[in-house]
Amino acid sequence: MEKDKFSVRDLDLFYGSNHALKKINLQVPERSVTALIGPSGCGKSSFLRCLNRMNDFIPGCSVTGRVELDGSDIYDAGTDLIHLRRRVGMVFQRPNPFPMSIFDNVAYGPRLHGDRDRNTLRDIVEESLRVSALWNEVRDILHSPALALSGGQQQRLCIARAVAVQPEVLLMDEPTSALDPMATARIEELVRELRTRYTVVIVTHNMQQAARISDTTDFFLSGEMVESGPTQQMFTSPRDKRTEDYITGRFG
Amino acid sequence: MANSLTGRKEFDESLLRIEQNLLKLGSLAEEAIAGAIWALQKQDDALALKVIEGDDVLDDLTQEINEQALMMIARFQPVALDLRTISSILHMSTDLERIGDLGSGVAKVARKIFHEPLIKPLIDIPRMGERIREMIDAALKAFMNRDCALAREVCAMDDEVDDLDRQIFRELLMLMMQNPRNIEQATHLILISRNLERAGDHVTNLCEHIVYMTTGTFIKAGDFRRPHEGKNE
Repeated sequence: MEKDKFSVRDLDLFYGSNHALKKINLQVPERSVTALIGPSGCGKSSFLRCLNRMNDFIPGCSVTGRVELDGSDIYDAGTDLIHLRRRVGMVFQRPNPFPMSIFDNVAYGPRLHGDRDRNTLRDIVEESLRVSALWNEVRDILHSPALALSGGQQQRLCIARAVAVQPEVLLMDEPTSALDPMATARIEELVRELRTRYTVVIVTHNMQQAARISDTTDFFLSGEMVESGPTQQMFTSPRDKRTEDYITGRFG
Repeated sequence: MANSLTGRKEFDESLLRIEQNLLKLGSLAEEAIAGAIWALQKQDDALALKVIEGDDVLDDLTQEINEQALMMIARFQPVALDLRTISSILHMSTDLERIGDLGSGVAKVARKIFHEPLIKPLIDIPRMGERIREMIDAALKAFMNRDCALAREVCAMDDEVDDLDRQIFRELLMLMMQNPRNIEQATHLILISRNLERAGDHVTNLCEHIVYMTTGTFIKAGDFRRPHEGKNE
């Protein structure tokens, strides 16, 4: 029943001469939440960006190894990047809505992918805003500027925007680090709900957050993946001393 | 836990305080058992009363430990080893408090037979009490040193306590058969022996928690004891 969405094998990543990820091997189970934890600079965000080839934009960055999405390597020469990023969406640390209306933010992706029909777009926008638990708050102000929303609402709008192109995977890079506790709780709740439809991979500095929302936790340290396991086990009886030391605050 | 050094330091300080309280509780439990046995041997009513009254101190200290543990969970949200330690301390304080109760139980039963001469010299009951004291002592040492090997040895020591309990039972049964006038006191002595046997079981619980706390794996004390000879005994 539990299938791996991503299967990463011997992944190495260099920024110029800096060896940022070292022989990473791990599986990301489908329709579940995977949390990546580790101190700053450990490579977890770099790893996240490998999953939809966002590192391609960084000059001097090179990647070797395999990253299989449903069995096929996304680093194959023939990979259609537009298609890949439609399948693997991303939400960033700071909410980054486009300077346009709420409606247009959500409709942006579908329009880009060729959806022009008004009714179809309206349905997609409503559905996406419902999924991201924002609909009830914005249903009457869909044509107001997105930048007028609160930080937490903006982040949920970004999730709606990511969801609008019907991705299979959502990558989230510290999605709550710029939000207050209430907005954070709202997003966390949302992430728990999203896992019934999507595979979610989330980078977080907040270990309690990883413990609360994820099914699997992967611990990164100095470019290596030290330990991967069910979240419950990682937070009660981690196997590796380094994981233990990190999550109990003995270093990091 | 928050990943800050100050948080770590505060957590470690709180941990030290709660561990000290647990050790104190341990020595009070040990004293309760030893005091009760001594009172029984010497037929010392004042000492028996002191043990019984002393139970309140154990209860209060247990309560304090529980509050400290909850406060630490609320403040630091411990995980991994820290979480296992706090959870084990919570369980261990309950076991130690029970051992104290059993000591006070022994003292209560002892008071019932102070008005008459003992039907036999007491040898095995004091020996049981001594074993239990040694076990509690070793368990507390294993706790402080996170010494799983010692914790497992303590589990094995409980075999002797169980043997003594059976031996006492057989001996007293004999005395009861010989003379029905022995029945009342013998029954009380059997109760005392049973209380001590139960205390031994609580010490093996302590050891299970120590191993879980240290390694993250659950053990059963029975695995470190000799094979069971049969439950009909």
